[in-house]
Amino acid sequence: MTVFILRRLAQTLLVLFVTSALVFGGIFLVGDPVEMLVNPAADQEEKLRAAAALGLDRPVLEQYAIFIKGTLSGDLGRSFVFGRPALEVILERMPATLELAFLAMLMSVGLGIPLGMYAGLYPDKKTSKAIMAASILGFSLPTFWVGLLLIMVFAVQLGWLPSTGRGPSEYVFGLSISILSIEGLKYAFLPALNLALFKLSLIIRLTRAQVREQALLDYIRFARAKGLPRSRVIGVHLLKNILIPLVTVIGLELGSVIAFAIVTESIFAWPGMGKLVIDSIFQLDRPVVVAYLLVVVFMFIMINLVVDILYSALDPRVRIAEAK
Amino acid sequence: MLEIENLVTEFATRDGVVRAVNGVSLQIGKGEILGVVGESGSGKSVLGYSILGLVDPPGRIASGSVRLDGRQLAGMPDEDMRHIRGKRIAMVFQDPMMTLNPVLSIETQMVETVLAHEGISRKLAIERSIEALNLVGIASPERRLKQYPHEFSGGMRQRVAIAIALLHRPEVVIADEPTTALDVTVQGQILYEMQRLVRESGAALIWITHDLSVVAGLADRVAVMYAGRIVEQGTTQEVLYAPRHPYTRGLLDSVPANNEGSARLRQIPGMTPSLARLPEGCAFRERCSHADAKCFSMPEMTNRVRCHHPLC
Amino acid sequence: MKEETPFSRFVSEFMSSRLALFGLALLTIVIGIAIFAPWISPQNPYDLGKLDLLDSRLAPGGKYILGTDGQGRDMLSAIFYGLRVSLLVGVASGLIALTTGGLLGVLAAYVGGRFEQFLMRVVDIQLGFPAILVALVLIAVLGKGVDKIIIALVCVQWAYYARTARSAALVERGKEYMEAARGLGLGHARILLGHLLPNALPPLIVVGTVQVAHAIALEATLSFLGLGLPITEPSLGLLIANGYEYLLSGKYWISMYPGVALLITIFAINLVGDQLRDQFNPRLARA
Repeated sequence: MTVFILRRLAQTLLVLFVTSALVFGGIFLVGDPVEMLVNPAADQEEKLRAAAALGLDRPVLEQYAIFIKGTLSGDLGRSFVFGRPALEVILERMPATLELAFLAMLMSVGLGIPLGMYAGLYPDKKTSKAIMAASILGFSLPTFWVGLLLIMVFAVQLGWLPSTGRGPSEYVFGLSISILSIEGLKYAFLPALNLALFKLSLIIRLTRAQVREQALLDYIRFARAKGLPRSRVIGVHLLKNILIPLVTVIGLELGSVIAFAIVTESIFAWPGMGKLVIDSIFQLDRPVVVAYLLVVVFMFIMINLVVDILYSALDPRVRIAEAK
Repeated sequence: MLEIENLVTEFATRDGVVRAVNGVSLQIGKGEILGVVGESGSGKSVLGYSILGLVDPPGRIASGSVRLDGRQLAGMPDEDMRHIRGKRIAMVFQDPMMTLNPVLSIETQMVETVLAHEGISRKLAIERSIEALNLVGIASPERRLKQYPHEFSGGMRQRVAIAIALLHRPEVVIADEPTTALDVTVQGQILYEMQRLVRESGAALIWITHDLSVVAGLADRVAVMYAGRIVEQGTTQEVLYAPRHPYTRGLLDSVPANNEGSARLRQIPGMTPSLARLPEGCAFRERCSHADAKCFSMPEMTNRVRCHHPLC
Repeated sequence: MKEETPFSRFVSEFMSSRLALFGLALLTIVIGIAIFAPWISPQNPYDLGKLDLLDSRLAPGGKYILGTDGQGRDMLSAIFYGLRVSLLVGVASGLIALTTGGLLGVLAAYVGGRFEQFLMRVVDIQLGFPAILVALVLIAVLGKGVDKIIIALVCVQWAYYARTARSAALVERGKEYMEAARGLGLGHARILLGHLLPNALPPLIVVGTVQVAHAIALEATLSFLGLGLPITEPSLGLLIANGYEYLLSGKYWISMYPGVALLITIFAINLVGDQLRDQFNPRLARA
């Protein structure tokens, strides 16, 4: 098992290297690097000085080496707008995005799997057909538009929930978290729901497809022929076989939720990484954009790694094959 | 002990209602081995599922009865039926790879079967499982218990399935083509094992197969199924050496061993009819060389055969 | 009795799903509106001379069925034209991505070896990242404009097509008639275009419907964020964005109706695509 983890970590490092090279190369090849990293309001002389200071007059490979060295010590450039290290700015906003993503995943998985299982086990019932039609509607809804509607209905018309912003937060293990209080949840509910709706539909459909496929297989019939109670047949035999592919998808969806938070955060003015990146793109604060990309890429790779480990922990066929 | 009377199991399909089991009557007594022979599409597997109430929508038992020691099983609610399954009537399926749940250990799958019907401790259940594995001839059962299905060969997996079936010493074991998916050499072993185990425990065995030669060495009685109906039944001696139904004759003739050296292999002309489009009257009519106008009406089961022109 | 070809069987199966038929009907209407927009719109919303600021921000009803926006544009007309743009961009990028991705995938399956491995690695890595992120980066680097949006959308989608095409082509490649074809000495192009590609087409079409829906949604999202199409070619996303500021003061129609139009379009495509996918998937077919 440890060999497996070590091997994956090595692969991860490789992918990180390649991605950073691509991001680095892409940004530097397509545009004027000086424009990218230096304050656009500076005049010609300042730019030349800044360029020299940043080492932009050195050969590209050397710049990359310096960049990597900087990355390893946590220096990903300085934000123009904030005047602070870009990485610092991003990490500051990260908990806000993560707690939103977490809440959204909780909603979509918590509702999605039971609904999907019901629709899969009783496909001919009216409720199931309604669930399926609703799920197609669910992932046809443009997320940002739904966000607007949610604000319109719940905040403007009904006045039940606040329309924008993040609630009061407290520090837990050094991270600022707002969803532990009712007040905080009030603010987080709508944006999390917005994020969750799309994923919910996906998870319902996926679960249902898995249930329909697996329920036809012989081992289910055999389990029943042994005289096992229905709750065990569904809750253990079926569920474990469904969870394996589901875990993979849910893991990947977590990454997608973090990315999609960009839109939701913009609409709900939620102070997370997503809003930061959009603002930065418009304000031409490129160091922040680059830093965001690298952080997010790193997170995705980590998520992928965890998913892979989980997968082999759940599926004994893979676990034993890897061990050989 | 197990009495099936006029059982009808039908399926609602796009082409209409299909009767996979179309009025089947059988009896089997304690310690007897009954072979149910038929081609694919004859309804023999559905018969097995019907006995255990495992026919799922769009299928259902439409009429008839299945009685175990007088108790009616057909139509019994699932919750009551589950106390019969695995305990008084057990089933072994064809492909052991897909019968055992690939992601659960053998131990989990055996212990849960024990605990589903008896309130003993987990430790005792494990001991019972080890005993059962020993019984079917699996070496080092304590180690094997911790393993997963894909770590066993096909033959061994089937042994495990048989061990599971015999955990509660059922009165009836239904074996649905248990050796078809195995190598020929392993087939013989499994056949022998099953016969031994069943004789020792006194259970009744229903062996469903398409292979007549299997039935020859194994069964006491034989029932031949065609298009959802029993067309001939009797003792193995009677059916295999003095067949009365043209279909049985055709099956026996087409076995390569029953043919002479270089003579052309005999076949039954035509194909098994689709259950959705059965011919009027006797289902075998269109393939039978003895058929005439009388055969447009369904023959009754008389003198162990269902035919207007039984062979003598 | 009439002979049943696989195609007619396919069509009759499709017709048996009321939901799919409903989707198809909606889709036809949407496409029709998009094509005939200039002729059926009550007003040309981009002819600045015809606009009257006094008519701006009117609620739905009367002369303007769906109300007007901040510049006095008739919402209905704006939506019709917006549909046009959204569909155009979505379908165009989808087709280009299908062709490039499909060809690459089939080629990879046929050629095999390092090329296939490399291509699939690239596909896997790209598919590991959410579309919106890839699109965002590309736009940030390339800039705004219709052609840049289409390029970005194509870059986001090609990987799905490539992977699907390769899987389908692999299945075909393994079949016996391929060996026969090779034994007969058929040229590579002939095999590729005549056999592999046509067999990859059905799953590609299924992926295509979903992807076009995604592309339309993605373009709308990007436009909403201000990173999409320029104001001169407003898609539905931009219309929604324009209406955002009026939302809190209760003038919902400026954002809501374009959204409804977007929703209907995507919903219709998904309904049809869903049915197609079920029909092409043999595993779920009831025995």
